[in-house]
Amino acid sequence: MWGSMFRWLDPYAKPETLYHLCGRLLPYLMGLALFTLLLGNIWGLAFSPADYQQGDSYRIIYIHVPSAIWSMGAYSSMAIAAFIGLVWQIRVAQWAVLAIAPIGAVYTAIALITGAAWGKPMWGTWWVWDARLTSELVLLFLYLGVIALAGAFSEAARGIKVASLLAIVGVVNLPIIHFSVEWWNTLHQGATITKFAKPSIDPSMLWPLLISLLGFALLLAALTCLRLRSQILIFEQHRPWVRQLVDAKGDSSQKEQN
Amino acid sequence: MVMWRSLIKRELQLLGRQKADWLNPLVFFLLVLSLFPLGIGPEPGMLKQIAPGLVWIAALLSVLLSAERLFKDDYRYGVIEQLVAGREGLFSYVTAKICCHWLSTGVPLILVSPLIAVLLGLNFDSWQVLVVTLVLGTPVLSLLSVLGAALTMAADKGGILQALIILPLYIPLLIFASGAMEAAATALPYTGQLAVLLAFLLFALALVPLAVRQALRMNVG
Repeated sequence: MWGSMFRWLDPYAKPETLYHLCGRLLPYLMGLALFTLLLGNIWGLAFSPADYQQGDSYRIIYIHVPSAIWSMGAYSSMAIAAFIGLVWQIRVAQWAVLAIAPIGAVYTAIALITGAAWGKPMWGTWWVWDARLTSELVLLFLYLGVIALAGAFSEAARGIKVASLLAIVGVVNLPIIHFSVEWWNTLHQGATITKFAKPSIDPSMLWPLLISLLGFALLLAALTCLRLRSQILIFEQHRPWVRQLVDAKGDSSQKEQN
Repeated sequence: MVMWRSLIKRELQLLGRQKADWLNPLVFFLLVLSLFPLGIGPEPGMLKQIAPGLVWIAALLSVLLSAERLFKDDYRYGVIEQLVAGREGLFSYVTAKICCHWLSTGVPLILVSPLIAVLLGLNFDSWQVLVVTLVLGTPVLSLLSVLGAALTMAADKGGILQALIILPLYIPLLIFASGAMEAAATALPYTGQLAVLLAFLLFALALVPLAVRQALRMNVG
């Protein structure tokens, strides 16, 4: 059953096909990402009403919450890619791990920095050892560990495999870490959007937030395509199709110069 | 089983001949512990208050550092390559390594714990809780640091890299172990924390050896 279900995915395990697919998707994803990010943020920052308690400083939520949510989303996608890459020995999935890791790390850093900037006016301090802040910091360390491990081997393919294993170990540990620190200390305000309850936010503030959320997801997808393309080129540089691609590019740019 | 027994015997023999492998981490542990009063101040009240965290941070650092070279020699001499190429034996090797690593680093920590209690001014009850957390927690420390050693076995950079990838995974353990000791110090019930530590131990025992085996295969790959 699984075989036939995913048969349509098979061609994309071939680096060349995936390279061109990513190339085709990239402009659409990037365009949509820029559009939704601009729409969500301009709406959120300029037009949605101020909070009755937090005033205008709550507006950082339109960057903070999407980056925090997708920092975790990026980690799960990285771990899924790692799992696929290791179990079915699909090399492009392993390369995707390396493509996603730095993006996720930057998202985590954005969430931490915007969180600190939000914490200063609200709690009167840049940083507290609260459960969510601590889990997010640990998430950053996990990302950095995966990146460092992947780069520590002279044989790059081996480094990626080992880093994929670490990503999977990390995803098993992440909920444990999260609940441990939650049990340990909590000051952070409760979640703004939950699946099961009515959101604790007015619709006029919710819509721009949801749009920013979509924008960050699209940006993640677009950047992953971009980075995956360069990973594919790096690892396939000795293949004829890459040579041809480079030669074709070289020819066309020469013609332009002439 | 015969294989496992002979592997255990081999590991113990190696430990008997290379005493530095288990003595150095122990000395390191005591040294780190004695640095804290020097850096923070010797007031007994404060020491007693921060003792749970101190003991556990020192323990996890010493266990982590002791695992750094765990697979290096076997890797260099081709032992691991042979085990990976063989049909079975790799899993026995992994479990034997983990057992012996705990015997050589976790058990000594438990044995010197009365000394720690004296150094940090813990009373008898606190010492008992410390021993229970060490008994439940140090095997998990060993399991995770062996995993770190296996992941970085063939890496060009060792040491710091291993700490970088494994220390975040220690966090839950640190929280619950020092939490149990703090609860005991303030006469609160602490069986919950101990149960969580036991759960961590069983969970890690079930999964980490498999991950270690996989990591070794990849490093030889």
